[in-house]
Amino acid sequence: MLGRYVRLLWIQLRTSLTTSMQYRWDFLVEGLMAGVFALLALLPLWVFQSTTRTLEGWTFPEMVVVVGWFTLLKGILDGAVNPALMEVVERIRQGTLDFVLLKPADAQFLVSTTKFVPWKVVDVLTGVLVLAYGFTSLGRWPMPLHVLVALVLLVSSCLVLYSIWILVVSAAFWVVRLDNLAYLFTSLFDFARWPVTVFRGAVQLFFTFVIPIALMTTYPAMALLGKLSPRTGLLAVAGAMLFATLARLVWLKAISKYTSASS
Amino acid sequence: MSRLANTLRAYPTLLRIGFSEMLAYRAEMLVWILATTMPLVNLALWHTVAEGGKIGRFGQTELIGYFLSAFIVRQVTGSWVVWEMNQEIRSGRFSMRLLRPIHPLIAYTAENLAAIPLRAALSLPVALIALGLVGGAGFLKDPALVPAVLLAIFGSWLISFLNQALMGCMAFFLESSMSLVYIWTALFYGLSGYFFPLEFLSLKTPRATAILHGLPFYYMLGFPVEVVLGQHDRGEVLRGLGVEYAWVAFLLTLTLVLWRAGIRRWNAYGA
Repeated sequence: MLGRYVRLLWIQLRTSLTTSMQYRWDFLVEGLMAGVFALLALLPLWVFQSTTRTLEGWTFPEMVVVVGWFTLLKGILDGAVNPALMEVVERIRQGTLDFVLLKPADAQFLVSTTKFVPWKVVDVLTGVLVLAYGFTSLGRWPMPLHVLVALVLLVSSCLVLYSIWILVVSAAFWVVRLDNLAYLFTSLFDFARWPVTVFRGAVQLFFTFVIPIALMTTYPAMALLGKLSPRTGLLAVAGAMLFATLARLVWLKAISKYTSASS
Repeated sequence: MSRLANTLRAYPTLLRIGFSEMLAYRAEMLVWILATTMPLVNLALWHTVAEGGKIGRFGQTELIGYFLSAFIVRQVTGSWVVWEMNQEIRSGRFSMRLLRPIHPLIAYTAENLAAIPLRAALSLPVALIALGLVGGAGFLKDPALVPAVLLAIFGSWLISFLNQALMGCMAFFLESSMSLVYIWTALFYGLSGYFFPLEFLSLKTPRATAILHGLPFYYMLGFPVEVVLGQHDRGEVLRGLGVEYAWVAFLLTLTLVLWRAGIRRWNAYGA
């Protein structure tokens, strides 16, 4: 059972890879631009550094770590999560989702793996470079345990982002035109480039619990810096699990309601 | 001469058509406007940094004024002609434009200008609500400078439109000129004052601000915003407008030259 899904995943990945190989020029440009945009994200921080202040206890190199993590996560999101789910929204609109549902495999698995954008790997690598830059200017490297915690949080935050997407897609079964909502969500994600302590009051609560950008970038960065309390970490992971389960349930409910585009 | 008269007569109709098209997409428009989060993302950062006191001339209230104005200026000066030109040139639909008895570039300006009223109508309330929530910010006091605000914003629109038309003309020669758009966007983000008021740069390198004031990007965002906030006296505004419109003239010339060459090539191969 599991072996079959691994094989399926591999086939889907290979298809995406072959498709994207057709556009090598795009690969180059996209890669270059990923680097440029990561540097741009650092620009405000450089200026911030010259004011010689700290921000709620965050120093310049520590904020660079957050931006690095942001870039890395955005790479994963744009490469492995967003494209496939954008595709589903389009298929629901056109009615071609039926072909997916007919196939003898879990529909959520199939739609989540229909499309990858392999060249977003460049974004991920850029993120790692920015992280390295942050730790170099900090003058120390993260402990292996802390890296492990950060990776666990990375998986949780991908899970949360993916679940938000699945919820959006499920909603598309009812209201069809949703690419805009998706777009809006992507732009909200931009707030994740600063530590969540930048925000005040209600906004901070919003970004911690409703759109959990704290979980996505601030907590993993804190974990890498060795500043995250175990309790917060565990709660974050538990929250992510809960969210993913909820999304799966909503998906199952939605798919049972689905009655193709024409009917 | 009759061609000019024709154009002038047709222009209001073109604007009206453009406006109706925009109206049809009002929901999408609202989403686009709400998705312009970058000024707010940066406001969040600098607002918190400024808790420790003013940064240069900017305290918390000035920063709010700056980024909300940046949000509005960005909304009303945006254009998308490069996307349209790329698509039309690649698909061949561009030939239709050439058949019409009006210069395609003029027609594009009408389509893009027609979006401004709706964009303003949708984005101003957003900014006003935000302004109400945070409790006011200082704006310009000298009434003589109000026309200058309009001129500065219109110039910003012209720079953005002409630059996009210029890159659109590149599509006559390249397979797709979208990568140029990415590069321009990156430069715009970094050098226009979208991330922070440009004078913050002089904290680090004193000369940087002066150099950036010579480039077109500053006039697309930073300059109009600073004029709105009343940060420049009449002399400075006049000088700024001079540089801004010099860029407009430069870009216009370049666009027209490239347009001619492009059309010649299009007639030979494209159509």
